[in-house]
Amino acid sequence: MVSPEDEVIRRRQRERARIMALLLGAFVVLLFFITIAKTGMNW
Amino acid sequence: MPTLELSNPAALPADWRDFVALTKPRVMSLVVFSGLCGLLVAPVQLPLVLSFTAILCIALAAGACGALNQWYEVEIDAKMRRTAKRPLPAGRMERQSALHFGVALSGFSVLLMGLATNWLAAALLAVSILFYVIVYTVWLKPRTAQNIVIGGAAGAFPPLIGWVAATGHVAALPLLLFAIIFLWTPPHFWALSLFVRSDYAAAGIPMLPVVAGFESTRRQILLYSLPMAFAAVTPWALGLSGPVYGVCAAVLSFVFLVLASRVAANRASEPVGMDAEKHLFAYSVFYLFALFAALVADRWLPW
Repeated sequence: MVSPEDEVIRRRQRERARIMALLLGAFVVLLFFITIAKTGMNW
Repeated sequence: MPTLELSNPAALPADWRDFVALTKPRVMSLVVFSGLCGLLVAPVQLPLVLSFTAILCIALAAGACGALNQWYEVEIDAKMRRTAKRPLPAGRMERQSALHFGVALSGFSVLLMGLATNWLAAALLAVSILFYVIVYTVWLKPRTAQNIVIGGAAGAFPPLIGWVAATGHVAALPLLLFAIIFLWTPPHFWALSLFVRSDYAAAGIPMLPVVAGFESTRRQILLYSLPMAFAAVTPWALGLSGPVYGVCAAVLSFVFLVLASRVAANRASEPVGMDAEKHLFAYSVFYLFALFAALVADRWLPW
């Protein structure tokens, strides 16, 4: 049986993992567009 | 939603909302806005994504400063009503987590700024973070009543960084924007510190009202408002901005001086009698937003 405290810990870990995944995804997209913009400037 | 009483909240992984709170989002808005204005008034326009990245880096660096400030000042924050509910003094987060978060955010923001725009902007961003954390938070704030005068430079960097991110060099206009924020900071913070004086006294922070008293602080507010108003109209006087900005700066600064004069004339020693100080504090925030918005409007709108 999972104690209420363990449940809170897991919920927070899940939330933090989701936020981290979203931020990493956004960072990859940002890097893609930065690369496009930087190469475009040098043409 | 039902809440759970936990034996030791700090032993839990911190809630992501507490990491957001560490970045002081409300303070960040003025930093982001002034950085954006520096970027927008520059003669060179960056591609949209690079402008967005530059502003994102300024925001992340401001957040890093907030986190490192709260990591260092946890004992002080615990003594002040205004700050006692922050994640660290409230025990919702381990101190080490705030340090790691602040350092990681600092490094990330500087590296991303360098890669996306130029390394001079990244260097200025790094200097602003180090100035805020080491010179202001660690060195000046607990030691001298002049903490906010010199420390104010840290908050004055964003428009300079925004400009340098766009152009790659420093010029007279962004230096004047730096000077405006630098001279605006003491009256802004001293107005606040007058009506929260007891908080600063309880925490042992030598803010001017605690060390020099009410009368001296009120006089200093008026004295610093004069060069601030002068700096505000200088971009127009030097021909670096148009008459729209000049008129807005003159009117806004005149109102600032009127409110600062009311503060200088006030003799109240209890917060209930400090309406003049509260009005000046609220107006000072509006003043900086309006002044920088006028500069951008002057640059972009076809008058």
